[in-house]
Amino acid sequence: MIAPGKSHRPAAHETTTSTVLKVRDLGVDAVGPDGTDPIVSSFDLDLAPGETVGIVGESGSGKSLTARAIMGLLPGSLVARGQVEYGGRNLLELSEREWSHVRGREIGFVLQDPFTMLNPVFRCGRIIEESLIRDGRRRPPRSERRAEVLRRLAEVGLTDPSVADRYSFQLSGGMRQRVAVAAALARDPKILIADEPTTALDVTTQKEMLTLLRGVQKARGMSLVLITHDLRVAFAMCDRIHVMYGGSLIEVAPAADLESRPLHPYAQGLLLSEPSLDRRVVELPSIPGSVPKAREVVDCCAFATRCEWVADTCRQGRPPLLEVGRLRRSACVRLPEIGAAMDAKRARIDVAEPPTSEARSERPLIEIRDLRKEFRIGKRTVTALDGVSLSVNQGESVAIVGESGSGKTTLARTLLGLERCTSGDICIDGVPAHDWSKLSAADRRRLRGTVQMVFQDPYASLNPMRSIGSTLSEAIRSHDRGVKDTAGGVADLLKTVGLPPAYAQRKPAALSGGERQRVAIARALAVDPRLLVCDEPVSALDVSVRAQIVNLFATLRRERGVGFIFITHDLSMLRQITERVCIMHRGRLVESGPVDRILDHPTDPYTVKLLQSIPRSGAAWIDAPVTTEARRTPAGGGRRTGGRDLMGEVCDGGDTHGAA
Amino acid sequence: MRTRATASLVVSRILVYAGMLVLISFVIFSLLYITPGDAVGNLLGTRRRTPETEELLRRQYHLNEPFLTQYWIWLKDAVRFDFGNSSVSTLPVTDEINARLPNSLILAGVAYVLTMLIGIPLGLAAAAKKSTAVDRGIVASVIVGFSTPVFVGAVALLYVFGVLLGWFPVFGAGTGFVDKLWHLTLPAISLAIAGAGLIVKHTRAVMIKVLDQDYVTFARARGLTSRRVYLLYALRNGLIPVITVSVPLLASLVTGAVLVEVTFSIPGIGDLLVRSAASQDLPTLQAIALLVAALIMVANLAADLLYMAADPRIRHGRSTT
Repeated sequence: MIAPGKSHRPAAHETTTSTVLKVRDLGVDAVGPDGTDPIVSSFDLDLAPGETVGIVGESGSGKSLTARAIMGLLPGSLVARGQVEYGGRNLLELSEREWSHVRGREIGFVLQDPFTMLNPVFRCGRIIEESLIRDGRRRPPRSERRAEVLRRLAEVGLTDPSVADRYSFQLSGGMRQRVAVAAALARDPKILIADEPTTALDVTTQKEMLTLLRGVQKARGMSLVLITHDLRVAFAMCDRIHVMYGGSLIEVAPAADLESRPLHPYAQGLLLSEPSLDRRVVELPSIPGSVPKAREVVDCCAFATRCEWVADTCRQGRPPLLEVGRLRRSACVRLPEIGAAMDAKRARIDVAEPPTSEARSERPLIEIRDLRKEFRIGKRTVTALDGVSLSVNQGESVAIVGESGSGKTTLARTLLGLERCTSGDICIDGVPAHDWSKLSAADRRRLRGTVQMVFQDPYASLNPMRSIGSTLSEAIRSHDRGVKDTAGGVADLLKTVGLPPAYAQRKPAALSGGERQRVAIARALAVDPRLLVCDEPVSALDVSVRAQIVNLFATLRRERGVGFIFITHDLSMLRQITERVCIMHRGRLVESGPVDRILDHPTDPYTVKLLQSIPRSGAAWIDAPVTTEARRTPAGGGRRTGGRDLMGEVCDGGDTHGAA
Repeated sequence: MRTRATASLVVSRILVYAGMLVLISFVIFSLLYITPGDAVGNLLGTRRRTPETEELLRRQYHLNEPFLTQYWIWLKDAVRFDFGNSSVSTLPVTDEINARLPNSLILAGVAYVLTMLIGIPLGLAAAAKKSTAVDRGIVASVIVGFSTPVFVGAVALLYVFGVLLGWFPVFGAGTGFVDKLWHLTLPAISLAIAGAGLIVKHTRAVMIKVLDQDYVTFARARGLTSRRVYLLYALRNGLIPVITVSVPLLASLVTGAVLVEVTFSIPGIGDLLVRSAASQDLPTLQAIALLVAALIMVANLAADLLYMAADPRIRHGRSTT
């Protein structure tokens, strides 16, 4: 029933609707002294007026470079080839002077990081004003320019005129991203390309941002190209989705079709590694291995090394993108043979696992009572933890969920003695630990052997100068000075986290992100702790690798009885990794309870808002009104200016620089 | 509110520098006792020691008072630019310095301006043409420039422009401002050739970093012209740190120009410093040390204020990224 078409070009719809942007056979090459390396190849895209197309891929898939190539903004060492047709011209042939009439005016572009995108030495109003088109040489009077700037800010939901007089670093992330969108739209482009516009934002702010983009797009009749690694976001926003892997397209399909029936093993793997919100599964289906470099997979299917259905035909040249159904194209050469097997796998995984009731001790390992932590910044005092009480039993897995500034990372750091609490009690395994500096050396060693931490960023938390083996053997020795030969211990640790013993010789630079995080987990396991505190352990990893790590945590619990505290902002993982959830908001625990109860019947308005902010497919989610809780949050959402944002700064610093 | 916060920031910087200066003055005064030999011997320098001269010095420098009282008296005099008499020439130290300071200041000023005029454009060009022949050429010539000993360059310049072409005088500092400028041009150029290397390398590195920033890409993505992006975005953000590193250079040019001063026979501060060090002329040494410290403090204060004016993140109490 799935038959590859004769040609992958022109798809049926292209002839019936008009196209504003037509990309054909776009490639990006890295030009170096040793010749050229292809990074992106044969990328095609057709964009209709008012349409939203998503480009989905993991890091290294080439999605961001594709966007930059379309905008003519590739870094100097990279060269684009192929055709980007807009208004009857191939944009790739434009001179820099001609480009300045296309960029901003015809095609707008928003980058990922709202914290670096705005010039730090200009006020926001000036950034928008300089982006406006000037008619002729004469500048309109000051009051007119000001009114226009305020009108533009209001369009993106910033109705407070004082925003125009602020510097970007005085605004929250959500507000900065709004200012950036207003600036990108200042010349009224017909197309907006948004590169991961919500990745750096909190989940509630993400929802507001996506709603804003959708609203602006509808009001202006603009086309939108949304680049994201998050399939949920793509399903919620896009009409059609292009999936990229290893530098080329592997599937193109209408969003709903891709969600219900992906036609490429990678797309299916990606879809299945997204944990289900509604039910627990025994084991998350994960894609083995990690994302290859584009130049390593020039002459074969980029996914061949990780595909369970791989055959010799997959390695004979790069498979072309062929038409496989109405508006659908796939680059899997074996699709006619394996289509049924893919369907079967999906059906198998759709079966829900009944909630497990694992036997565990009722003895509390950690008891935290009325914990307060205040930071002094200049003359102001910021409360990061405001009377938090929590107890964690031996072998239990608890998630502490909150957005940036909620105090969740401060809680973890205080628990581990990396911060000293202002008041309150912490008791770890019967030892009072509210002030680690007052502990005896023996107690301190015992607590370190009881509780260990895994940090968010495995790229920063491993010493790049030391081999994996020496990092791990140091960890073993720190616990037990008497150990002479650590080689066996190192090999055991590597095996525990699913890495071959030969990795002991390697330096962190030779490992992928997922492998590094495994090493970081092995290092924490070296002292055989009873509790691992994991601060956003998968958020720095590729989507297809996250499931592997989540499964590793499940194995460690099952086989070694290790308990976990997960610090996370990601609600979608919760059901797979914990049985108890604590929701934190502005330094307080607003709600806690069994994971099923919290996710299915939340009572606190903030929890409700968090859950509503998780992207769901279809327009219904995007257009749904925000709950009353959102009223308390000003337009920008997330962090705000004034006293409260500093708390965000403090706690955020902890989030990202937790390894310090 | 905002102006008050800025004013208090400025005042606090001034107080910090004033405090550091007092601390340094204490160390400088202590030289009298730290230096090997006793205080009288140090003040005598190479003069012959007799009970009369010893008694005279003890009275003149209050050596019989307690240490801190001595320091206090010394500091009060120093604030009035009275550092006593040179132990070599027996003239007031202040007169010696006054005779030389204008030469050194003009030399340093001209050399600084030339350093920036050579260094910044070359650095910008190298950054704009990163990894091309232009870039490599600039970087290579800069390395030649600052690894050439400054007196070698000075002698070469002197020979070509002073002796062969006869465009510039070959020695002395001249009299009157214009004449001084004319006399000090060649020395300033040889200093600038050596100093420009630092500025070129720094400008290049900073500009490459700034041009790679998201906000520059975003400015281009909004259709701003390349000229505007380069001048308003990259230059403004990039030159702030360059100006900051260049300020200590200015201070070092005042005293560090000794080789050039000797080559061109210019009576300057660097020359005086070396000579008084050789002859253990302690009052002169103390005066120059304090002068240099004050210069460095003032230069750093100027850099801080400049930084504050140019970068709102400093004014508003956020650290730069």
